[in-house]
Amino acid sequence: MKRVLEANIGLVYLFLYVPILAVVVFSFNSGEQISVWEGFTFGWYAKLFEDAALWRACRNSLIVAGVATIIATVIGTTTALAIERYRFRFRTALTRCLYLPIIIPDIVLAIALLTFYVQTRIPVGLLSVIIAHCVFNIAYVTIVVRARLQGYDNTLEEAARDLGANEWQTFWRITFPLIAPGIIGGALLAFTLSIDDFVITFFTAGVGYTTLSVHIYSLLKFGITPKINAISTMLLANSIVFILLFLRFQGRTTTSQKQEV
Amino acid sequence: MRRNYHLFVLLFPVIFWLICFFLLPLVSVLIYSFIERGTYGGVRWVFTLENYERLFDGLYLGILWRSVSTALVCTAICLFLGYPFAYYLARYKPKHHNILLLLVVVPFWTNFLIRTYAWILILRTEGILNNLLGAVFPNWGPLELLNTPLAVQIGLVYGYLPFMILPLYAALEQLDMSLLEAAQDLGASRWRAFWHVTVPLSLPGILAGSMLVFIPTVGAFLTPDLLGGGKVSYIGNVIERQFKTARDWPFGSALSFMLMGIVLVGTVMYFRALQQSESEVP
Repeated sequence: MKRVLEANIGLVYLFLYVPILAVVVFSFNSGEQISVWEGFTFGWYAKLFEDAALWRACRNSLIVAGVATIIATVIGTTTALAIERYRFRFRTALTRCLYLPIIIPDIVLAIALLTFYVQTRIPVGLLSVIIAHCVFNIAYVTIVVRARLQGYDNTLEEAARDLGANEWQTFWRITFPLIAPGIIGGALLAFTLSIDDFVITFFTAGVGYTTLSVHIYSLLKFGITPKINAISTMLLANSIVFILLFLRFQGRTTTSQKQEV
Repeated sequence: MRRNYHLFVLLFPVIFWLICFFLLPLVSVLIYSFIERGTYGGVRWVFTLENYERLFDGLYLGILWRSVSTALVCTAICLFLGYPFAYYLARYKPKHHNILLLLVVVPFWTNFLIRTYAWILILRTEGILNNLLGAVFPNWGPLELLNTPLAVQIGLVYGYLPFMILPLYAALEQLDMSLLEAAQDLGASRWRAFWHVTVPLSLPGILAGSMLVFIPTVGAFLTPDLLGGGKVSYIGNVIERQFKTARDWPFGSALSFMLMGIVLVGTVMYFRALQQSESEVP
């Protein structure tokens, strides 16, 4: 029985990682075909640097993800504090509603925002994408910061207040440093999800405001070249860096807390 | 008084954002779904039920059925692959189980577009799989794998399998193993103990995982678009077409509302089942 389970584990990992590895391997392929191996080259990476449209898309992605992450991190953190620290009448209702934007299918949220923008005459450009990304990112940041607040020692705050600190001082000197890893973790997740989002951006970005994901989509639709393998590999590497950073901050969560106490 | 002031400051931003950019947009689609389509792709502000009547057209019912059945099959396959996987990680705690678990989370952080594209690389006519098959069986012609319902199904399972594994693992990890031992001490076979103890106790995980797979797959747009090549339609693609090419926003809005309805039914069933499973476990 254990053998069968082990075989299943192996199969699942192959299934999850062979496609990704294939993309990485073929990004070094010198042939003009995306999936026929001919020889080793760094050529496609060199070509990326000359691609002006790609860099414009990159810049747009960074602007959108940067601004959306800042807004979502602030709002997500205040929301998590309110939910974990206070008991109020619509608490359960709020927590349920909060996660709705990430539960409903992407396409529904995307066209809801699109029709809303048209009716309220909010121009579709980068701002409309930023607003849209905040809708789902607020939920993710709240989840991560709430998790951080749950394993949290209240006595430190009480001690600070007993020693005469006012609420503002207590927050910045005690609460904030303690939950900071959670906030940074939430921000990293929000940034990644924002960079990777396609469906919602596709519907809410105006013409001429192409982000990286939308740019890749149009490449996939209108002419696949081996350059896509190189772009994909770069993005994959980027994701790995972000996960490692995220884990670093999450890992610090318990150890630093213990040390401080 | 001061406490209320603090709470207000903390909650104001999120409530403002949810009302303005989530609730009102949903109201806006609802409004669009009840008005007429204009002649040149715009809309006319005349009330109509026609958009909803069109949903009952055989064509759209067929597409709806295809989307729902594909999502159900996807959920079943993910459960079939994911349950033994999560069970093994949680029960046997292999040496590097944290890293093994991390490898399941990685896809969640990587671009969905790229993960879907990877399957184009593998499945296309001159793709990796056909090249391998061609090397082993030179007499076979290349198989037509891309742009088929099979490709869409593979892509969906690939995309959403981690969403099944994680809640299953969370549920199985908390499982009290002494209950299993008790069942076996009382004479239950391993298989019986598994079906009557492990499965019911991990039901919350099964339900949560199924929800997390079913909901995004039923409304999937990207996977059918890239791997189905637009040859087979799913609700997500039909909605996209109404907004991008056909420019029939009112009908697209009605379709979205139907999709929301399906999701809502799924969610209600989920909470019912969850309550039932909780009341059965003492």
